[in-house]
Amino acid sequence: MVTYLVFALIALFLAAYFAGRSRALTSVDGEISKLHSLPGQHGMFLALVSVVPALLALIVWSLITPGIESNIIRSSFANELGGLGVPQVEAFIRDARAIAFGGVVGFTDATKEAAAALYKTVHARSVWIIVAICAVLAIAGFFWGYGRIAPAYRARHVVERIVRVFLIACSAVAILTTIGIVLSLIFESLRFFQQVPIHKFLFGTHWSPQSAFTGAGTQQGAVDPNIFGMVPLFVGTLLITFIAMLVAAPTGLMAAIYLSDYASKPVRAVAKPILEILAGIPTVVYGFFAALTVAPFFRGLGESIGLGVASESALAAGVVMGIMIIPFVSSLSDDVINAVPQSLRDGSAGLGATKSETIRKVVLPAALPGIVSAMLLAVSRAIGETMIVVMAAGLAANLTANPLEAVTTVTVQIVTLLVGDQEFDSAKTLAAFALGLVLFCITLALNIVALRVVQKYREQYD
Amino acid sequence: MNIMTEADVEQKLATRTNEPSIKMKGDKVSVYYGEKRALFDVDLDVRQNQVTALIGPSGCGKSTFLRCLNRMNDTISIARVTGKITLDDEDIYDKNIDVVELRARVGMVFQKPNPFPKSIYENVSYGPRIHGLAKGKADLDRIVESSLQKAALWNEVKDRLHEPGTGLSGGQQQRLCIARAIAVSPEVILMDEPCSALDPIATAKVEELIDELRENYTIVIVTHSMQQAARVSQRTAMFHLGYLVEEGATDKMFTNPDDKRTQDYITGRFG
Repeated sequence: MVTYLVFALIALFLAAYFAGRSRALTSVDGEISKLHSLPGQHGMFLALVSVVPALLALIVWSLITPGIESNIIRSSFANELGGLGVPQVEAFIRDARAIAFGGVVGFTDATKEAAAALYKTVHARSVWIIVAICAVLAIAGFFWGYGRIAPAYRARHVVERIVRVFLIACSAVAILTTIGIVLSLIFESLRFFQQVPIHKFLFGTHWSPQSAFTGAGTQQGAVDPNIFGMVPLFVGTLLITFIAMLVAAPTGLMAAIYLSDYASKPVRAVAKPILEILAGIPTVVYGFFAALTVAPFFRGLGESIGLGVASESALAAGVVMGIMIIPFVSSLSDDVINAVPQSLRDGSAGLGATKSETIRKVVLPAALPGIVSAMLLAVSRAIGETMIVVMAAGLAANLTANPLEAVTTVTVQIVTLLVGDQEFDSAKTLAAFALGLVLFCITLALNIVALRVVQKYREQYD
Repeated sequence: MNIMTEADVEQKLATRTNEPSIKMKGDKVSVYYGEKRALFDVDLDVRQNQVTALIGPSGCGKSTFLRCLNRMNDTISIARVTGKITLDDEDIYDKNIDVVELRARVGMVFQKPNPFPKSIYENVSYGPRIHGLAKGKADLDRIVESSLQKAALWNEVKDRLHEPGTGLSGGQQQRLCIARAIAVSPEVILMDEPCSALDPIATAKVEELIDELRENYTIVIVTHSMQQAARVSQRTAMFHLGYLVEEGATDKMFTNPDDKRTQDYITGRFG
């Protein structure tokens, strides 16, 4: 029924468009120059005023009816549901809806059948109500708009205002989603900090909510705040990020210098896209590359020179992550190096400087702020990277600076904390939100610093 | 025994007529950008301690010719130069010539002031440093000071040598670029429309400076301003569509040119 309604609205949209257009044309006997707005704008005006109110009503309806319907069921069956807890009542309503509209039901009984029957009638009524409302709004909108169309009517202004509202709504969706995610992170983290003091979380050096059967808050018993120290994760993250940058920063920068100043046009046209394909490889592919190829290689290499290398080492994960962010560094650095005006290169060459002198002494210093911000963005990318470290870095929360040992990172622990079917209210699962919040704060700070640096750099040349 | 080369003869003739000797000499110079030919067999001499002005409408090849004189066209991958250009009778397109050394001898000042995003001091000391011209800090200081003085900028910047060169006004920036070029003690300075981005007051200062620099350097200047060519140059060369139309003493070019195109251009009838 609702599907038909949507199709009816689409049909009305098209019909109203052509109706509005032809009315505008006939009102001036085909002389378009007498119209304030173009015929198409009159048509769009009529189409929008006919359909948009009905569409808004439909959206509001689809958002609020499920709640209203289940409330009706709940109050009608208040006696039967009296003794049940919140999850059981929700399960009951879920089952009733499944019986009424088809779906998987665990078991059924007379009460549920009765509830399902009520559900059906209530839902059918609410559909009729929304169809009626939409019809009234659409017809009213159509005739109101039809009456307004006249040569002097400023349809264009109305259409443009509606379009602007639509654009604002789209950007609001993105912004509100971000705000919502951040707020949920903050509130869940606050719940976590009620169980584990924030200083023990931030500065504790012992992390083992997985291995401990007691104290993690999943079973009965008190939460042990001493197993929620995030320092080992943080150190592991920094270690892997550091190794990754050790690989990516020089390689990416040199590649960028080659691409921007040395490569001929055909080479650049081929090499740059290929380098950027590296960025398009799914990180899980890098992950098994790290776990199956690079890690055994480092272990074999270590053994041959008498070093013990763990099969899941920070070194392997860091090196592969470094390879992953090379295109990130090179592409951003290439952009900033290209942004250094050619006149500076000419000026240096005109003084008898060689190409490498020009690059070292003029181009790179001029591009330095941009390069620094590219590096910071790459760091925040490396800190947030998950898949490679899940597969290659291991799970043991060792507090070590030795790259040959297994370490774990913030992102790996978030994954392992949330894998499995626990309820989302134990200290163990809430810890994931706290870790996420810390991660978010770090990358946010890095991005802000990077963007500020870029802005300062831009001011210099424009 | 008395066999003289062409250059010797010219040298003789030059001294007899009190003309300065020839510093740079272009012989059938042609330039191609890919398939397109931008310059057709240009023969042009640049004389010692004189200002030679290159004039002509946009796209006539005068900047292209200027950029041949210190091989700046090398930086454009599709550019190809034929013919012969000599500096003190040495072919600058010879395989044995180090282009870096050539550019140290033939410096260049560009259309738009392009100071490096470094301090004023570092801008001027950049060239001497990369060529190892200074024996120590004191020597470098001396080169920077004398270059800025020659560029008539010293009094304006002596108290803020370590502030960024990009913070100067347009005219000051252009004089800084001239000081930067002087600092490597070139023999020839090429100027590609050095005043086109400057206001009239800054232009007057730079023109005055060019006239003073003539004493120690040989200067070739590309300009779109007829008045500027008349004011600062001793010899003028007129280019049109890639050909050298006419070349001669500036006085004669502006009062009694041989070619009608020159006459039309300098009186503003085309271009």
